[in-house]
Amino acid sequence: MSQGYDEMHDAQGNVRAHYAAFDDWLRDTPESEIERKRREAEVSFHRVGITFSVYGEEAGTERLIPFDLAPRILPAGEWRMLEAGLRQRVLALNLFLADVYGERRILREKLIPAELVLDNSEYLSQMIGVQVPGGVYSHVSGIDLVRAGDGLYYVLEDNLRVPSGVSYMLENRRMMARLVPELFARQQIAPVERYPDALLEILREAAPDGIDGPTVAVLTPGAANSAYFEHAFLAQQMGVELVEGQDLFVRDDMVYMRTTRGPQRVHVIYRRINDDYLDPTVFRADSMLGVPGIFGAYKAGRVTLANAPGSGVGDDKSVYPYVPEMIRFYLSEEPILLNVPTWVLRKPEDLRYTLERLPELVVKEVHGAGGYGMLVGPAATRKEIEDFRQRILADPENYIAQPTLSLSTCPTFVESGLAPRHIDLRPYILSGKRIHVVPGGLTRVALREGSLVVNSSQGGGTKDTWVLES
Amino acid sequence: MLCRTASDLYWVSRHMERAENTARLVDLALRIAMLPERYDRGKSEAAPWRRALDALGTGGHYTATYGTIEPEGVLRHFLLSPENPSSIQNCLRAARENARAQRGAITAEMYEDLNASWLEIRSRTWAGVRSDGISSIVEWVKSRSASFRGVTIGTLGRGEAYQFLQLGAFVERSDWAIRLLDVVGSDGEIDESGEARDAAEYFQWSALLQSQSAFETYRRLYRESVTPRSVTDLMLLRDVNPRSLQTCLNTLHEVLRAMTGGESQEVVRLAGALSAQTRYARIDDIIAHGLEPHLQATLSRLAELGEAIHAQFMVSLDAGHGQSQAQG
Repeated sequence: MSQGYDEMHDAQGNVRAHYAAFDDWLRDTPESEIERKRREAEVSFHRVGITFSVYGEEAGTERLIPFDLAPRILPAGEWRMLEAGLRQRVLALNLFLADVYGERRILREKLIPAELVLDNSEYLSQMIGVQVPGGVYSHVSGIDLVRAGDGLYYVLEDNLRVPSGVSYMLENRRMMARLVPELFARQQIAPVERYPDALLEILREAAPDGIDGPTVAVLTPGAANSAYFEHAFLAQQMGVELVEGQDLFVRDDMVYMRTTRGPQRVHVIYRRINDDYLDPTVFRADSMLGVPGIFGAYKAGRVTLANAPGSGVGDDKSVYPYVPEMIRFYLSEEPILLNVPTWVLRKPEDLRYTLERLPELVVKEVHGAGGYGMLVGPAATRKEIEDFRQRILADPENYIAQPTLSLSTCPTFVESGLAPRHIDLRPYILSGKRIHVVPGGLTRVALREGSLVVNSSQGGGTKDTWVLES
Repeated sequence: MLCRTASDLYWVSRHMERAENTARLVDLALRIAMLPERYDRGKSEAAPWRRALDALGTGGHYTATYGTIEPEGVLRHFLLSPENPSSIQNCLRAARENARAQRGAITAEMYEDLNASWLEIRSRTWAGVRSDGISSIVEWVKSRSASFRGVTIGTLGRGEAYQFLQLGAFVERSDWAIRLLDVVGSDGEIDESGEARDAAEYFQWSALLQSQSAFETYRRLYRESVTPRSVTDLMLLRDVNPRSLQTCLNTLHEVLRAMTGGESQEVVRLAGALSAQTRYARIDDIIAHGLEPHLQATLSRLAELGEAIHAQFMVSLDAGHGQSQAQG
């Protein structure tokens, strides 16, 4: 049925060893029982209010991200390779960020075109020379991985600013443990529940020097933001305040929260708002979301912002092709994880090649996210392709192109029963004094048959992700 | 705790308490409206509904907007009206919205409970409410309120969040103790004897007890037939009644003392003075001086306390003025 790599079955249709326990369970469990569990999950997600807000619809519209009961399972050995690759990649990306805001060795050595970095809209000149605590820029990183038809994993993109979805990873696990405890008893599945503790630990480690028992807060744009559930969830799980810009003020380069007992100093802010909105006195003057003066306090070393402003230059899609080069340059190692071949349309020869093959390729905006602003050639109409061609020609620097990968599929419960659907995987990597990689991550699934778009804003769903311990 | 969090939590429980008391008010008015006409002192069908609106201070506004007062319209206004910010549906929506903004400060079970209430009332239509019967939605609201109170007591840590939820609940409930009493008490001065003058009066004061689920408490305490004097005593001055003004004010005083660590703050002083006044008042004096002026005076002192609570905890300090209690 499905072409390409099936996570559960091999080419001969046999169940892969790491799916054997799940397969047994499927055969032992009556369909009606599975249907009942699926309904229970839906009711429960609604009740708990695990929703995301949808932009462009009636204000306050909240939607559930569909949850799929069939887990995505990774065998232990495969995960060990991925984990090593993720550590390596995030370490190199952090070194890259420190370098481009510091000595710029990699640019002087001409391994990356200087203008690609320095003229990038995500490059913040205000960050040049700023001493970042512990040298960590991206404290929380999400690296999107896909498995292609050849069975190999590829990094699809790096997320170094405010990667979201970790709350769904944790809630999905909670839901599965409740619905199918028998499946957890049949095999050793690596726990993900330690994530909030590990996050709090690296945030506290990032406090300015000389602070004992730092106060940590999560900064959110507010309840209207699509990821508000996650912001509140993380603050609650860590036991710290969830603040909005209006709750903070800066005096003498120190940041305070307005509390019922008067002002209280804040030392570390896990901010879930974009650079542009952080501080109206430095960035966008029209922003109501941020805190006037907070960037000055950051530069003065009185408060830590996580992730660091300016980290976006490291996850830019036009910088992505150079990550393997970074790994070789900073770590003197060969990259463990593969990049997808990428054409950078600012290069004339790449542009020419891409324009000739638009119906075969995926073209992405350099700063696009959430599945917006992209062309999936094989799925597009001729008119869509021609429209996109004009957009590319008008501003080639804004685009990259990649071959269309046939993402692997995973059995997924749909109306007609269990059927293969395309998936990807976003593992989360926490960088502090040590690097923590959560075993698993968020598996997103394209629920429409044949669709390759897994983004929640485009109707994708999620699955629990299991890393087997042996 | 953040000022914004304190304010949101305070309003979560004010709105839930308001929804419950609105349900009790509807229950009271329905009981009075059931009074056989021959006992009614020449009043129109709408009389209990007019008095219910008047007790909330919204009678004038209601007639200005809708022209006439008739039972169906007032019921809808109290239960589901989107235009009435204090309709039960709007209260549950507001409680859920405030809780959603602060879901990090409360337990997941508390939010789930509020969310479930909201999801259910959101789907209610007036036709559905009519066909199920008004008393079924009244009972449902009371049980949703009890559920939220129970989940809060049973799951939330005894910290500031709990204290602000208590403040909101008891400020709101104090207010309603007075207003619900006003629905029957505004009918005229209570007779010097303290007794009901006729069957209509007897019936109304009994209805008040029933709407408060306080009939059994009343019987145990007074061991006499229902009299306006004793019902007023139970609603205002007795701390055995969990919904009496005295119980609410005692609780407010205790919570505020615990929150501020003593008597030195204005909020504690105001709550303490109100509580003491109620503790040492005599019911016969209140009746002799007139119940209505007493209720009005108490309402305005309560409003003053509410404003003081707001000023003490919920107003953000300006960057330039707040004195620093910061460490490090």
